[in-house]
Amino acid sequence: MAAAGELTSIPALLARNVRLYGARPAWREKEFGIWQSWTWEQGAAEIRAIALGLLALGLNRGDHVAVIGRNRPALYWSMMAAQMCGAVPVPLYQDAVAEEMAYVLDHCGARFVICGDQEQVDKVIEVQAQVHHIDQVIYVDKRGMRKYDHSRMNALEDVAAEGRAGHHRFDAELDARIAELNADSTCVMLYTSGTTGKPKGVILSNRNIIETSRNTAGFDGLRPGDDVLAYLPMAWVGDFIFSVGQATWAGFCVNCPESATTMMTDLREIGPTYFFAPPRVFEGQLTQVMIRMEDAGRFKKRIFDHYMQLARRVGPAILDGKAVSFADRLAYWIGDKLVYGPLKNTLGFSRIRVGYTAGEAIGPEIFDFYRALGINLKQLYGQTEASVFITQQPDGEVRSDTVGVPSPGVELRIADNGEVFYRSPGTFVAYYKNPESTASTKDAEGWVATGDAGFFEEGTGHLRIIDRAKDVGKMADGHLFAPKYVENKLKFYPNILEAVVFGNGRDRCTAFINIDLTAVGNWAERNNIAYSSYQELAGHPRVYETIKAHVEEVNASVAQDPMLSGCQIHRFCILHKELDADDGEMTRTRKVRRNIIEQKYADLIAGLYDGAESIATETEVTYEDGRKGAIRATVRMMDAAVQAPAQRRAA
Amino acid sequence: MSNSGDGYMTADGRKIGGVMMEMKNITLRFGGVKAITDISFDIREGEIRAIIGPNGAGKSSMLNVISGFYVPQEGEVWFHGKKRAPMRPYQVAQQGIARTFQNIALFEGMTVLDNIMTGRLTLMKSGLAAQAMWWGRAQREETEHREKVEKIIDFLEIQHIRKTPVGRLPYGLKKRVELARALAAEPKLLLLDEPMAGMNVEEKEDMCRFILDVNDEFGTTIALIEHDMGVVMDLSDRVVVMDYGRKIGDGPPDEVRSNPEVIRAYLGVGHA
Repeated sequence: MAAAGELTSIPALLARNVRLYGARPAWREKEFGIWQSWTWEQGAAEIRAIALGLLALGLNRGDHVAVIGRNRPALYWSMMAAQMCGAVPVPLYQDAVAEEMAYVLDHCGARFVICGDQEQVDKVIEVQAQVHHIDQVIYVDKRGMRKYDHSRMNALEDVAAEGRAGHHRFDAELDARIAELNADSTCVMLYTSGTTGKPKGVILSNRNIIETSRNTAGFDGLRPGDDVLAYLPMAWVGDFIFSVGQATWAGFCVNCPESATTMMTDLREIGPTYFFAPPRVFEGQLTQVMIRMEDAGRFKKRIFDHYMQLARRVGPAILDGKAVSFADRLAYWIGDKLVYGPLKNTLGFSRIRVGYTAGEAIGPEIFDFYRALGINLKQLYGQTEASVFITQQPDGEVRSDTVGVPSPGVELRIADNGEVFYRSPGTFVAYYKNPESTASTKDAEGWVATGDAGFFEEGTGHLRIIDRAKDVGKMADGHLFAPKYVENKLKFYPNILEAVVFGNGRDRCTAFINIDLTAVGNWAERNNIAYSSYQELAGHPRVYETIKAHVEEVNASVAQDPMLSGCQIHRFCILHKELDADDGEMTRTRKVRRNIIEQKYADLIAGLYDGAESIATETEVTYEDGRKGAIRATVRMMDAAVQAPAQRRAA
Repeated sequence: MSNSGDGYMTADGRKIGGVMMEMKNITLRFGGVKAITDISFDIREGEIRAIIGPNGAGKSSMLNVISGFYVPQEGEVWFHGKKRAPMRPYQVAQQGIARTFQNIALFEGMTVLDNIMTGRLTLMKSGLAAQAMWWGRAQREETEHREKVEKIIDFLEIQHIRKTPVGRLPYGLKKRVELARALAAEPKLLLLDEPMAGMNVEEKEDMCRFILDVNDEFGTTIALIEHDMGVVMDLSDRVVVMDYGRKIGDGPPDEVRSNPEVIRAYLGVGHA
């Protein structure tokens, strides 16, 4: 811990960066069609002005400051300004509906709420009917805000202006508060998305964030001059580590897109050197590329196919620095000029040095595609309670089916039931106002249960994760039931967006499938299949045939593993609606909530097991603005062939 | 020149100013057909004024009279306290009046950005030669205009289609681009011809929000024609109701809604 010296808080790191890298860009945001940029020096001045303004509004030590909005420099600055004042920033998911927001705002007791725009302010005002301790609402974007009651509401710009004007009054107080910060003071509080139950507030100290940032920035050689695109929810621990922790530790630049819809264009313009995305972003990009290649001329298509084949064969080996023949290297070099280079440029990956994916398993096909292009895409495994990093893959040891070796400073052990435990400098302090959960998650020696079942691979020492420990169950005949293992195999097909497998305690497995509207819609267009909605396409007989083929292929692959061969899918149906976080069926980070789905679609599950041909059902849906509606559908059930388990011991 | 009346306060606390435009006994004929018969009403500074009525009531003709496109055979149009003489379209634009069309009239092959830039044409001062050479003042001017246009793009949340050719856009977005182009002219009076026609509920809600925001943020006076009664009643400060070329009602939405003649025109004729 002493190695970090006096750099024991984010404001301290900020001051160091102003000294060392003052004139380098630290934040960029695309606005009015142009990338606006702030150096460390300019940004630090803004942050100080906001902090002074917050003091003028009466922000106290230990207060919680909720921050809601899309990734913008102003909101990152607000979080750091709150830290300077000795307060605790609490970033929230911006797409949460008012009801979800109410719980978190109530639980953390936020006195100040800083909103990105009118949409968020409206939600906070709605919440204020139930939550009475919100004292000040501050907003960044002034648009549409003129008519609001401003007796306890301010524009961030005005807060900063007031801070600047009144700096003589508050300078001493602010400096005193900054000086009080140490490694043990709270850096940030983040709410876990919670696959079960209510979200929990995870308290992370300066030590957690800074030690983790220091270790992992060293692991990948992050440095000033690197660029990262900040587009993932600010409430997610990863964004805090990348865009605040590592960015201030290593002194690299955080780039904020213009809006969520322009993310891909902005990615291409910035060309980050360090990039993080959940698997679905990489999947989406690959799908786009493939769809566009389908439309390309025959000549172009042939060049693309030829060189992609070559890339898949030698690309990953070249990236890992393994021996590759001169002829192959030369061919790869030509391919780079003709295909890989331009393709990477289109995707925005021309400058990438380190890319990470995590959160879900990534399909081997997808993973290899990017590696083959020469993009150093790696996997990491982590969680909020660990300040992200538990394991990560070192350069040159990258594979799609492991999550890598323990990150620097992290200790790992596997319990008897297969659950993975870790202990690290990033291990969280406690759950806020929830000592029982803290005690049941973190033991006296600091070991934390991840809730995931996994094992170390012999030989390489890499960790492999099978499933959530609590989801791993037993089938009626005693076979191991690991739903996620099968779901991931299903989701690797571009046509399948989500899958939910059932079978715990039953004699056979069944599944719900969500088709991917982009991929299947494109296929439908090519085959002249007319459809007007997701529901109609999902119920189409030919779509069912395609999905059935996918399910049977997965069954064949699952049958290869004697331990998990019982998880083959006997029957499935394609759901009439997409699983959605607004309906509570998934978390905001898009993890399926099994219990809720099981309750909500109990009629369909019953249908899968009692052999019904089809089930008529009605489902409640929640629209983006919180209103409710219902959709009716008749969902078909379909059988899939299963394979006899591989008898390896028979010989 | 004095404006008649001192304006009023709306329910949501906006202050409406004096009369900006006044129609006095307007009658418009096409040959023997009377499209508009002896209609008088006014539009005040800062208000959202709606003109409603069943199909063929003469709404679009009325809008064309306001925009100066049609010159009525009888009656007078007063704008900013002056009686208005017949004008050419560019003169109308120079007076600070911009409009959108019922059937979208954008340049399909041009990008969204370029389409919106055309809205600033009347505000550009550099000559043809300077613009062709893109030199000196023309260059500076383009930067200034681009900045204004970007503010509008940001305002209407169309950043993601900035460089997309208009022909590739869905209908709802085209409507928004058209609004953007009209706004680019920095109008004092904005005329909207059925801004929500053919939109789904979500697009309508978005459009409503934009219209209110435009009025609120830029203080633009808005006169609009609309079919969707719900939208009109929520949106506008005062409503003129037309039927068979005559004015049958005029006043705040609630008053108009309870007007027996309006109810008869809407329900009695069996109009959807």
